[in-house]
Amino acid sequence: MTEASPPRLDTVAAGDAGLDARLVVERGPFRLDVTLAVAPGDVVALLGPNGAGKTTALRALAGLTPLTGGHLRLDGTSLDRTPPESRPVGVVFQDYLLFPHLSALDNVAFGPRCRGATKAEARAQAAEWLDRMDLADHASAKPRRLSGGQAQRVALARALATGPRLLLLDEPLAALDARTRLEVRAQLRRHLAGFEAVAVLVTHDPLDAMVLADRLVVIEHGRIVQEGTPADIARHPRTDYIAQLVGLNLYRGLADGHTVRLDKGPDITTTELLSGPAFVAFPPSAVTLYRERPAGSSARNLWRCEVAGLETHGDQIRADLTGELPLAADVTTVAAAELDLHTGAAVWATVKATQTHAYPA
Amino acid sequence: MISPHDKSAAVADTLTGGPRRRRVRNGASRGVPLPLLVPALAGLAFLLLPLIALLVRAPWSSLPEQLTSAEVWQALRLSLVCATAATALSLVVGVPLAWLLARTDFPGRGLVRALVTLPLVLPPVVGGVALLLALGRNGVVGQWLDSWFGITLPFTTAGVIVAETFVAMPFLVISVEGTLRAADPRYEEAATTLGASRFTAFRRITLPLIMPGIAAGSVLAWARALGEFGATITFAGNFPGRTQTMPLAVYLALQNDPAAAIALSLVLLAVSIAVLAGLRDRWMTAS
Amino acid sequence: MTRSARRTHRTLRLTGAGVVALLALSACSSSDSASGADSAGSGSSASASSPKLSGTVTVFAAASLKESFTTLGKEFEKKHPGTKVTFNFAGSDALAASITGGAPADVFAAASPKTMAIVTDAENAAGAPATFVRNQLEIATLPGNPHQVSSLKDVTKPGLKVVLCDKEVPCGAAAQKALDASRLKLTPVSYEQDVKAALTKVELKEADAAVVYQTDVQAAGDKVEGVEFPESADAVNDYPIVQLKDAPNAGAAKAFIALVQSPEGQQVLTEAGFLKP
Repeated sequence: MTEASPPRLDTVAAGDAGLDARLVVERGPFRLDVTLAVAPGDVVALLGPNGAGKTTALRALAGLTPLTGGHLRLDGTSLDRTPPESRPVGVVFQDYLLFPHLSALDNVAFGPRCRGATKAEARAQAAEWLDRMDLADHASAKPRRLSGGQAQRVALARALATGPRLLLLDEPLAALDARTRLEVRAQLRRHLAGFEAVAVLVTHDPLDAMVLADRLVVIEHGRIVQEGTPADIARHPRTDYIAQLVGLNLYRGLADGHTVRLDKGPDITTTELLSGPAFVAFPPSAVTLYRERPAGSSARNLWRCEVAGLETHGDQIRADLTGELPLAADVTTVAAAELDLHTGAAVWATVKATQTHAYPA
Repeated sequence: MISPHDKSAAVADTLTGGPRRRRVRNGASRGVPLPLLVPALAGLAFLLLPLIALLVRAPWSSLPEQLTSAEVWQALRLSLVCATAATALSLVVGVPLAWLLARTDFPGRGLVRALVTLPLVLPPVVGGVALLLALGRNGVVGQWLDSWFGITLPFTTAGVIVAETFVAMPFLVISVEGTLRAADPRYEEAATTLGASRFTAFRRITLPLIMPGIAAGSVLAWARALGEFGATITFAGNFPGRTQTMPLAVYLALQNDPAAAIALSLVLLAVSIAVLAGLRDRWMTAS
Repeated sequence: MTRSARRTHRTLRLTGAGVVALLALSACSSSDSASGADSAGSGSSASASSPKLSGTVTVFAAASLKESFTTLGKEFEKKHPGTKVTFNFAGSDALAASITGGAPADVFAAASPKTMAIVTDAENAAGAPATFVRNQLEIATLPGNPHQVSSLKDVTKPGLKVVLCDKEVPCGAAAQKALDASRLKLTPVSYEQDVKAALTKVELKEADAAVVYQTDVQAAGDKVEGVEFPESADAVNDYPIVQLKDAPNAGAAKAFIALVQSPEGQQVLTEAGFLKP
């Protein structure tokens, strides 16, 4: 896909292709310790809440933040001591950081020029990249004249124009409004799919991560808490943060047959047969609410709760419940009105065992 | 002089990206609150009043005579040449110094920053004496300059430039450092990830970005150098054609012939306003 | 320390000052004429015979008078308790310009009749100025006189770095007069703005020689060496002093001038290197 030849690296040992890194960065009380292995052609998303260390990991990969420990190998070559300007790495920054005094074309040509191309060569390459991004008409535009989506593509072209072996994207869609985002996300997905080297993107948006990445790495407090395919992570969240991201109620306990005894709280009956530490998850839509204790209900999972908060969630109302079991429940607007839900209202919540999902912790 | 602070603020505006014209229009349409307007006008009047007085009392009849005097033109030329050279010298060493102060971290940086601004608080005459002690024929460094290279700075045009640079450079350094601090250092990082060395990033990205601040700093430094008196007369002495700049000529004329001094001041004033206004227009249209 | 005690003390002092002021007022009319004529020659008895003086007397004096006038100022304050002498030492021309520009001063002591003329021409002086000292030029050289300067002609030797005062200031004019009289041509490295600046250049060894006043050489101590030259006789500089017309403290002004002209004052000035008029 890249026209520009990547900078010459030391011998690339076969089988070592791709990224192999353990990033340790210590800064005051914060410690990042993340191990990443990504094959060429794969897109990995680092997902995590603000302050988890995603951006630090990205900066460490780019060489902008020095590692205090670990190692970093790309295609078999150690980059530990390589300064950022000598790394075969391209970065798309969060707010793109297009050089405001240079035209789109010169922004893209900047990399090839720095890597030794003549001015004419660099501009020719840049023109080709802009063409590929459908930006040929905007080649002479200064960044402030570009729309968000166009700027994002120029930033991508600029990062790719140096022929990087590792492409880093920091919140590539965060600066865009909702509509542009949809469109740009699709385009970015196409470009990433065509990229034959390693791509790592950082995001706090699970949708971006799931659409763009082949594999998710979830980071919390500087550590990896879970990694896997988007589908796997959506189905089996292992932390509250991930469960919230994917919209599930998640509990951890000790399984014994069809019952999971929660660490703090009641038992939950499930359909799976398990023993030992386990997670139980169910979506808010699986919860049914009653104002009076349902007489003769067969549901084993029945808890007395209190409404702590209500918010509109699409065409549903999401009730945040506390009590025997803290959980999120989705009810229709009509149901919410009939139940006369309000903050402080006492309710009974039930979940059918068939709608829960238990898996070993 | 025309208030230099207004200018630096204005140029800095264009750097931070605020579209300047729009802002001005907004201010006009909304109206200026009185608590701001009254002190602002008072401040303006305070700055302009002495200039107006100078104009009112100017010996207009003898002005042509002053303007045709060769000595006046000699002093004026020397003033312009030296102020420009001092500004250039300040740029060559001052911009890197500002970068160092803004973008690197080293022990004692705060102290260095304070030291850089020292010439601002030092009475210029004291600055001149300090320069003599450092670079004079018998100075700490000057004696080696003299015995090794045969260079003596006092009483030479080079000495004038040195004295003016000493007094004017802090203005440039402070102005550029402020602009650098306001500029996003991540542009340099972005350039680095594209393969630019730190120097290339500075030259091709940072320098163009902080150009308005450099321009503002240069104007300040140039204006300061042009009006420099104390350090110049102390370090470089006063000799027509060699070290007698306009402020020196004005001062000495003031001794016996205040009218001539006023005339000379007017010439200096007119030339500096013309130059500053010209430069400012160019920069504003360029950005 | 109680606050009330201190306040009482101050009140007493204030009352005292008021009494003195009243005395001065009452004394003014009667002995006004006497004090001017009496040149305070009787020394220590001067304070007893002259009227009670008070308040601040402001003296504008040429920079070369700084040391001796400061001494005389202290003397004056001692003799006339309750008075304060404030000096403004600067180039005579700058002082003359301030006075004609309306600066409130009681006494003006200039380093040349020419600068004094600026004040008298503007009719700012009360009466005619009197020459109270004279100053002669001298060559200031580096300590030990390494270039063996012994005459004004030696100063014109090529390769010698000489500073003169600017022609606009008295010492420069005097030096030019001496050079012209002996038909010498001298190109200095700099025309300094005043005599102290010229001397400083020699003190800092930036210049090899300067033509300055004897008093300045004397004040510089061993940092420079003075070389007298006969041509200086052609350019002796008279120092005139005058009371100003709009003097806010005329009585004290008269008394100060009297002190300067008294034997006691003349002795202080002679010690500083001035010549008697």
